[in-house]
Amino acid sequence: MTAQDVRQIVVDIIADIAVDDDVTTIDDATPLREQLDLDSMDFLDIVMELKKRHKVEVPQEDYPQLATMNSCVEYLTPKF
Amino acid sequence: MTKKYDTIVIGAGMSGLAAAIRLAMFGKKVCILEKHFLTGGLNSYYKRGKRKFDVGLHAMTNFVPKGTKRKPLTKLLKQLRIPWDALELSEQKSSLIQFPSEKLMFTNDFEVFRTEIAQKFPHEIDNFNKFVQYIEEFNEVALDNKTYMAKDVAKKFIKDSQLIEMIFCPLLIYGSAWENDMDFSQFVIMFKSIYLEGFCRPNGGVRTILNLLMDKYEAVGGELIFKAEVVKVIHSGDKVKGVELKDGTILECDKVISSMGHPETMAVTQESPTITNEKSPAVGPLSFCESIACLDKKPTDFGFDHTIVFYNESDTYNYRKPETLFDHTSAVACFPNNFQHDDDFVEGEGIARITYMANYKLWKELERKVYLEHKNDLFEKSIETIKRIAPGFDANILFKDVFTPTTIERYTGHFEGTVYGSTDKLRDGRTSIEGLYLCGTDQGFLGIVGAMLSGISMANLHGLME
Repeated sequence: MTAQDVRQIVVDIIADIAVDDDVTTIDDATPLREQLDLDSMDFLDIVMELKKRHKVEVPQEDYPQLATMNSCVEYLTPKF
Repeated sequence: MTKKYDTIVIGAGMSGLAAAIRLAMFGKKVCILEKHFLTGGLNSYYKRGKRKFDVGLHAMTNFVPKGTKRKPLTKLLKQLRIPWDALELSEQKSSLIQFPSEKLMFTNDFEVFRTEIAQKFPHEIDNFNKFVQYIEEFNEVALDNKTYMAKDVAKKFIKDSQLIEMIFCPLLIYGSAWENDMDFSQFVIMFKSIYLEGFCRPNGGVRTILNLLMDKYEAVGGELIFKAEVVKVIHSGDKVKGVELKDGTILECDKVISSMGHPETMAVTQESPTITNEKSPAVGPLSFCESIACLDKKPTDFGFDHTIVFYNESDTYNYRKPETLFDHTSAVACFPNNFQHDDDFVEGEGIARITYMANYKLWKELERKVYLEHKNDLFEKSIETIKRIAPGFDANILFKDVFTPTTIERYTGHFEGTVYGSTDKLRDGRTSIEGLYLCGTDQGFLGIVGAMLSGISMANLHGLME
């Protein structure tokens, strides 16, 4: 799976979680928290969706890797 | 025991539905057991002829505009994945705290309230502003907050007891299980949800919210059984095994999240010998009665614009169980037509709802005939109260309905008709039995938004995060 595919997977998940946010304007280098209405409970949702939809596990100590879209893609791509 | 669930949720009210949605959303096998044949619990609905009524709901608190980040309303919508627009919220016009010697108006713009206080209590405005800042910085939803009383905190900031009484009045009657005071965390929840955020109403009332929750719950594949009264939470070695229904059915599960209330939940657990001396949770002292009057005109037709009035006939606000059937010297009057939109009511008609504090035990011991006479008397007193609040009132009554503490008890199963539950809150939801958790009013969040957030928090903490 390419980095672009993984990015799309993350965007799809965020779009389902943050239903009132615009996910088309995400800046990949800026922390997601600063651009979207996401708090720690919502990051937990992202992790649970990755597991539910793609059987990808993110252990708690790796949550900081999900801070930006760039770091998400970099961290998650090898797991797909 | 045949069928095994990950979690059984007791009660299809706001908190139970929200909890069950979260669990089912992430693949848990969930079943909601509801004693009644309707959803909603304390916030249900009914119909008489062409007229639709909401039970409980005067207004939804916590109004924030679409896109407001990290507020209870937007947080819960995101957790349930319901778009803000789906609620079709309509804001209040204005509300009033009406005491004999002073009135304070507030709207969903907090500066209106601040200006009112600056004009009417100029000597206190600096203190009030400091208090507001303290409230804004307080984390009221931390699950490890200790219980201490709010008036002690308020008095450190504000000296004028009249102002304290007036600020507390709406917050107490819209949420406190305690008499004349409330837990400080709950006070902050209420202060933010009513004064800093505000009142609104979904178009269609409480049905709109419940329909959204039910649609969502179905979409994520949850089960719900109506007319299923839990008579026992089965546990051994202080660990939950399942529940028993009134008809004898036994359902097996790992966890139970109960929205029945703290004393009500513990009553259906068989105490094991090691904890029999534990004190039972307290039943809150307060209950309420309400009159609903359908009018042949809208409130604006008799010159009345306020949405909700917190009315008190003395300068001290006595929020306590009255020694009479009800206390008509203090009331909340709600005029649901006075939200920005009122197109979901019967054409040309208006509605007024008057709530008084009431004494459960006195209502409970009345014989049927006397009970009905007192209900009539209660309605007459309510109309007198409306006339004092809205002096131009000249409408005819087309339909009337009254509920009392015994009505609340019958439909909700809350002991002694409490609405805000027990004074023994369990903020982290944990009970003495492993796998049995509380959600809803006795977990300690308040209002409809609070109830749903309670369900979400408890499902996340006890059902998803392990």
